[in-house]
Amino acid sequence: MSDLAVSLPAGTDSIGFEASGPRGPKPRHVFSRRNIFLYGTLIVVALYYLLPLYVMVVTSLKGMPEIRLGNIFSPPLEITFEPWVKAWSSACTGLNCDGLSRGFWNSVRITVPSVILSIAIASVNGYALANWRFKGADTFFVILIVGAFIPYQVMIYPIVIILREIGLYGSLSGLVIVHSIFGMPILTLLFRNYFSSMPDELFRAARVDGAGFWGIYFRIMLPMSLPIFVVAIILQVTGIWNDFLFGVVYTRPDTYPMTVQLNNIVNSVQGVKEYNVNMAATILTGLVPLVVYFVSGKLFVRGIAAGAVKG
Amino acid sequence: MSKSERPNQLFRNLNAKVASIPMVLTALVIFVGGSAWTVLYSFTNSKLLPRLNFVGLDQYYRLWSTPRWLVSIENLLVYGVLSLVFSLVIGFILAALLDQKIRFEDTFRTIFLYPFALSFIVTGLVWQWLLNPEFGIQGVVRGLGWESFSFDPLYNSEIVIYGILIAALWQGTGLIMCLMLAGLRGIDEDIWKAARVDGIPTLKTYLFIIIPMMRPVFITALVIIAAGIVKVYDLVVAQTSGGPGIASEVPAKYVYDYMFFAQNLGQGFAASTMMLLSVVVVIVPWAYLEFGGKKHV
Repeated sequence: MSDLAVSLPAGTDSIGFEASGPRGPKPRHVFSRRNIFLYGTLIVVALYYLLPLYVMVVTSLKGMPEIRLGNIFSPPLEITFEPWVKAWSSACTGLNCDGLSRGFWNSVRITVPSVILSIAIASVNGYALANWRFKGADTFFVILIVGAFIPYQVMIYPIVIILREIGLYGSLSGLVIVHSIFGMPILTLLFRNYFSSMPDELFRAARVDGAGFWGIYFRIMLPMSLPIFVVAIILQVTGIWNDFLFGVVYTRPDTYPMTVQLNNIVNSVQGVKEYNVNMAATILTGLVPLVVYFVSGKLFVRGIAAGAVKG
Repeated sequence: MSKSERPNQLFRNLNAKVASIPMVLTALVIFVGGSAWTVLYSFTNSKLLPRLNFVGLDQYYRLWSTPRWLVSIENLLVYGVLSLVFSLVIGFILAALLDQKIRFEDTFRTIFLYPFALSFIVTGLVWQWLLNPEFGIQGVVRGLGWESFSFDPLYNSEIVIYGILIAALWQGTGLIMCLMLAGLRGIDEDIWKAARVDGIPTLKTYLFIIIPMMRPVFITALVIIAAGIVKVYDLVVAQTSGGPGIASEVPAKYVYDYMFFAQNLGQGFAASTMMLLSVVVVIVPWAYLEFGGKKHV
């Protein structure tokens, strides 16, 4: 692996530091061996990471004859947007032929309420855990956090039964509830830790002034914690949009979210494989989280770091 | 806070309790109740519908004598060990490279992390296309004149799991890199100065000083990767649908297929209970180490 080699020149660099005569910071040469190795490796790795995205875009802009003849890395000779149009409005899933647009709107109708509901529940809950502790609250919280590690497969069938009992199995609202449930551990942790880190005097002053549970939440906590809400929204939008398992288990073909429909379009066994349409459909599905990612920048990193590192 | 002293207090706590109802319900009904329900019904011979007709460990005997399950477990082990090792090593090396006060750090980090924003379905489909033997990487290299070049992991049952591994690493190493980078940034600059004064080469400093200091970060990364490994499902569905044959089956897919296609609920429950068991084996020692010693939560 070439990556390992990079550390060596850097190592010799620091040894040379002792022997060098002049004091002060060592002048850095742009084309030092260290820099060539360092940037060389980073650029090669970056190209590897970008390659799939590039191939997706290039493939989606070619016609099928060109794909059959040419090489997947070559840029399109003749740019066509037909695959994109077809992927959006007339690609077949084996059941119907109205393209990904149906899945897109389903995903929107799933993601928006799920994000709002899960964040509303978790933020109030995190606030209660941070500022209004009651006996036994921590026990449930620990169960919730430990439960986040249980494989979903263990719980999907009991939830099918519960949803069937309350008549929501197969509907979008059922899926919204499921997303709110499984978003709860991480979001509650996120909000609880954030509210705990806020100065206690603030909370006490508000109580002295006679504000109650909801008063403090809406007038003090909520306006002061907008960044953490943005982090939570990023986390949930990407997570719910990208979900496949819950979508395939808890919805019917006409309410399938975009990821499920995409998989059905691409892996459908019927008909001739249209790779350009498949790739256009794949980009379309990946577009929402990608836009969220590129727009949010460092907040995304904060979101996943918050999601990843326990408090 | 005691409840009975002042009525006012009770009323306020009531609000907090009302706010916690979803959490309590989720924790008790879904997480505890749901898991217990599944474990209980794994001892029955439920077929199309769950029925309490106990047959002892029959489902487990059948499970462990089903070739498809054995292949799934083998795949999970190979995939798990390799993705653990490669994610940690690649993630750490990338983070260490980015930590050299380089220019365009944000650009590089953005590039390494963007696949993590994509779903496993998208990841799987892209790599299915890249690894297409006719048009993908193999086709391109053959087109350049190397006719005998062979790289078709998705159509070769011996190596199909490595094809999935490539896609998974592409998607997930960015996250590990970010965690590692945060860990490296958390290390005091004085440590580096001290190591430099003592003339310890950079590589040695990393291996013997920095990495041991980053133990908590490594443990967090380990838990995240391990939790992801057991859940791996969508990637396989998108990339290979478990094929060729049953060569790339994984336990999560076994569970789903037996519950919703084969209409053999008992098998699905038994398989998911085995998944639960594997997580318990990983999580309990970790939770004990993390939370048992010092009072954290």
